[in-house]
Amino acid sequence: MSNTNSLPMDCLKMVFNLFPNWKRATEVKKLGYKLHGNPFSTNTRRVLAVLFEKGLSYEPITVDLKAGEHKKDSFLSLNPFGQVPVLEDGNLKLSESRAITQYIAYVHSSRGTQLLNLQSHETMAILTMWMEIEAHQFDPFASKLTWEQVIKPIFGLETDHMVVKENEACLEKVLDVYEKRLGESRFLACNTFTLADLHHLPNIQFLLDTPTKRLFENRPKVRNWVHEITSREAWKMACDQEESWFGKSGNK
Amino acid sequence: MKLHCGLTAENLAAKFGLHEKGLDFEVVFVDWVAGESKTKAFLANFNPFGQVPVLEDGDLKLFESKAITRYLAEQYRDVGTDLLPNDPKERAIMSMWMEINTNQFHPFASTLIRELIIKPYQGLATDFTSVQESEMKLSEVLNIYEARLGEFPYLAGESFSLADLHHLPPIHYMLRMEEEGVKDLIYSRPNITAWVEKMKSRPAWLKTVVKGDHIFELTKQRRLPIQFDASCHELTSVAQTTTMVTGNN
Repeated sequence: MSNTNSLPMDCLKMVFNLFPNWKRATEVKKLGYKLHGNPFSTNTRRVLAVLFEKGLSYEPITVDLKAGEHKKDSFLSLNPFGQVPVLEDGNLKLSESRAITQYIAYVHSSRGTQLLNLQSHETMAILTMWMEIEAHQFDPFASKLTWEQVIKPIFGLETDHMVVKENEACLEKVLDVYEKRLGESRFLACNTFTLADLHHLPNIQFLLDTPTKRLFENRPKVRNWVHEITSREAWKMACDQEESWFGKSGNK
Repeated sequence: MKLHCGLTAENLAAKFGLHEKGLDFEVVFVDWVAGESKTKAFLANFNPFGQVPVLEDGDLKLFESKAITRYLAEQYRDVGTDLLPNDPKERAIMSMWMEINTNQFHPFASTLIRELIIKPYQGLATDFTSVQESEMKLSEVLNIYEARLGEFPYLAGESFSLADLHHLPPIHYMLRMEEEGVKDLIYSRPNITAWVEKMKSRPAWLKTVVKGDHIFELTKQRRLPIQFDASCHELTSVAQTTTMVTGNN
């Protein structure tokens, strides 16, 4: 940058740093990301994680799941499948958390944490494969375990321990494969943290507060990987409901 | 390029993708029902989750059908059908419908396929309660598809893409079931029916299904022959892998 340009830029940066809300508001207006969801929901957190990894601003809009707001007509016009989260970007209304995370990761690939592996089509293919593995092999069991042990009690429903036992047995087999993989590669897709690891975070975080935790603890490589990914700053902020949701101005 | 595959919808999807791209590939039949994908050798060399399809392209070994088709669409961008929209927002819509396939459509469609095709083939009893539940839930999901396909000819918009590709194989199996209720799920919805008919007439699909059907008919008889008709230049046996070389005409 030439000297003649840097002075006004520095002034602007200074002003932005003094008034962080103004900066955020300007960016939200510019980007216009609206995130309809719930800070407690696993799928919403998956998107929040990427927004924080990229340092992107957004307007959180609470959908009251307990009150059944997601099944009402006003929400169904955003997502006819009646599920959170939904990202609004101008005219684009995107549902399905893993489609949203990929969209953000691609559009903002040159910003914040690199969450893709764009070296070659082969490296991206391995990443896509591990994202599919999370969705097809890991999530069915992990999300049932989260449902039984974390969500049901909140709604006053009883945990079905048979279901927990069955799903843990299936998850054990999946984690055996992960253990081997993490012996060969530092993270699932490659040696850097990517979307493939990130997509696991919401369920893993909830399961760490349940007896299922032992499945992760009993496998040394998996244990280290879990520790590393759950310790990320962006993830901690995504889980902090004040920081990620209720503390943001403009939130209803 | 080799495709290790079986008979499920995911395998058809991978083949469909390869044919859309006009790529030459060798088929290695893996008898999933006989447990061939769970052998130590298969788990170690191809897919530790013990499933097909698995694509070998040079040094790359890829499993998960949506990862395979995505790779083909990107690596072989310049040949055959363009399966990926260029614009990031359109691509995001396509991704979304792939996720909808995984999360909303597949759980019920695959239950129907398992209960009404795979279990009878294995000599196991169909759970008709499960079938009824899946029919009901799938019906609700298909109402949304019907509305979508009233607005656009294909799921992601104006053109055929990976999102449509992954729906045809399971629908193909659903339409072959004896259960009228299942076929009705499709045929009672005109937009979905039109979309399915359009896709079924694609040359790549015809290539996919001709070879697939042959084996499908044979498995219905619960046996695989030692040798196919010589004009197909194919050999198969129950305990060994089958290789078929398909040309690109």
